[in-house]
Amino acid sequence: MSEDLHNLYQDIILDHNKRPRHYGALTDFTHTAEGYNPLCGDKITVFLIVEDALIEAVQFEAACCAICKSSASMMTEVLAGKTLDEAESACQRVAELLSMDMDLTADLSKDGEIAALAGVRKFAARIKCATLPWHTYRSAIDG
Amino acid sequence: MSDSSTFDYRRVRADFPILATEVRGKPLTYLDSAATSQKPQAVIDAVQRYYQFENSNIHRGVHYLSEQATDAYEATRAKAAEFIGAADQDEVIFTRGTTEGINLIAHGFTESVLQAGDEILITHMEHHANIVPWQIAAQQTGAILKVAPVDDRGVLDMEAFEALLSEKTKLVSVVHVSNALGTINPVKNIIAMSHARGVPVLVDGAQSIPHMPVSVAELDCDFFVLSGHKICGPTGIGLLWGKREWLEKLPPYQSGGDMIEKVDFEGTIYKGIPGKFEAGTPHISGVIGLSAAIDYLNGIDRAAALQHELALLASATEQLSAIDGLRIIGTAPEKASVISFLIDEIHPHDIGTFLDAGGVAIRAGHHCTQPLLKRFGVPATARASFAFYNDFDDVERLVSALTKMKQFFC
Repeated sequence: MSEDLHNLYQDIILDHNKRPRHYGALTDFTHTAEGYNPLCGDKITVFLIVEDALIEAVQFEAACCAICKSSASMMTEVLAGKTLDEAESACQRVAELLSMDMDLTADLSKDGEIAALAGVRKFAARIKCATLPWHTYRSAIDG
Repeated sequence: MSDSSTFDYRRVRADFPILATEVRGKPLTYLDSAATSQKPQAVIDAVQRYYQFENSNIHRGVHYLSEQATDAYEATRAKAAEFIGAADQDEVIFTRGTTEGINLIAHGFTESVLQAGDEILITHMEHHANIVPWQIAAQQTGAILKVAPVDDRGVLDMEAFEALLSEKTKLVSVVHVSNALGTINPVKNIIAMSHARGVPVLVDGAQSIPHMPVSVAELDCDFFVLSGHKICGPTGIGLLWGKREWLEKLPPYQSGGDMIEKVDFEGTIYKGIPGKFEAGTPHISGVIGLSAAIDYLNGIDRAAALQHELALLASATEQLSAIDGLRIIGTAPEKASVISFLIDEIHPHDIGTFLDAGGVAIRAGHHCTQPLLKRFGVPATARASFAFYNDFDDVERLVSALTKMKQFFC
């Protein structure tokens, strides 16, 4: 097993893939969007309940790979209870962690579990799998 | 009688320099030849030699190099005609690949054949390249696209196909070998059945000719298209073969230099075939490389190579089927060496990345056959495809990597 591969699928990602948090449709959502990666067929739907610029609930459904599903699962944990501004900052941080150009070192103590996503950078073909849920969240908010 | 034991795949492997390289620190196990084949040294050398010593434009210079390039280009046309069993080299058109070949025919049918209410018949297992051009043709002419179904094994339903043929059908366009499933379609029957109703047939040979010799004369199809890069040649070059009466009837696809007899502002006289369909400076180095690729394939025992591939397929099918939770999509009795598969709880993309880390290159995704995968109720599969230069070690490495992956994920 290569070290890179271990980094990619470290325990956090595998755990979220097996037991995704906040999984399933919300019926009383205020915002929703569907994200699709035509390259691989990954498909995800994000549901949000937003009141007064505060994310009160966030859930998702997906037919996708482990990277996408775990990224979505972690996203729901990060976004729940955040204001839209805080959520946007979190989206930007994830984009930075996944940027090959910036090549940041993720810090588990500061970034929390989304630090695990930094391992995806080594596999260029998979970066879009990790960003799909976050882009989908943004399109749900933007309508 | 050729069999797999007479095929010296070890010697063949030495002809492909990339097979001796490493990726991610592991020996390359290349199981993605259905996407593109690797190139033998002879092809790489031919392209290099052309640019280094022979580079020149064709059909227009009076100088030495231009004559040499023109000769090499036209000699390849003759060689290609022989390679696909065509008697008339003028019936061979150089294209960018299979996709352009189909687009050329679709454009011609749109312009001069199809009328509102006419029908074009394809199958459920077509590549997007043999779906979308016909959708556009149908939109532009008011023609209707009909789709013949496949069964749960990925076999074309011939009864349904025959029932869909009618006096309205103006063209049947069918894949010879499915890129996603490996199914070999009974194109000879399809052609005979269609001709009995006066319907011409286009055969998409992108995935058949890499595995088996094809004779368009024997098939008696009306059009045959293929891609050079899937038969050891360069990317960006392919062939369209069509019966002379059809090619003469269809209008030019692109226009400009090199496809004309005479240009006046009052009007232009086109060249006859094949020139009519080859506007502009063509992909000369691609044609030179394709020529070397055809020479290379002519130099191996292709019947024995096919038997070797089928032995790899049988071995891989047996070992993969033994992996708990692995399901093969596409189990037609007549199959080329392509295996699409799914593993419970592990997405094809994760399979692809995991195998890649071990130097094993497979394809993961929808293989440009979304309607077909939808038919099987899956958004994507993992696909391992074997060429004559693969060996049993490649199969072992695939199986062992998949077994390790199962322990990792489950």
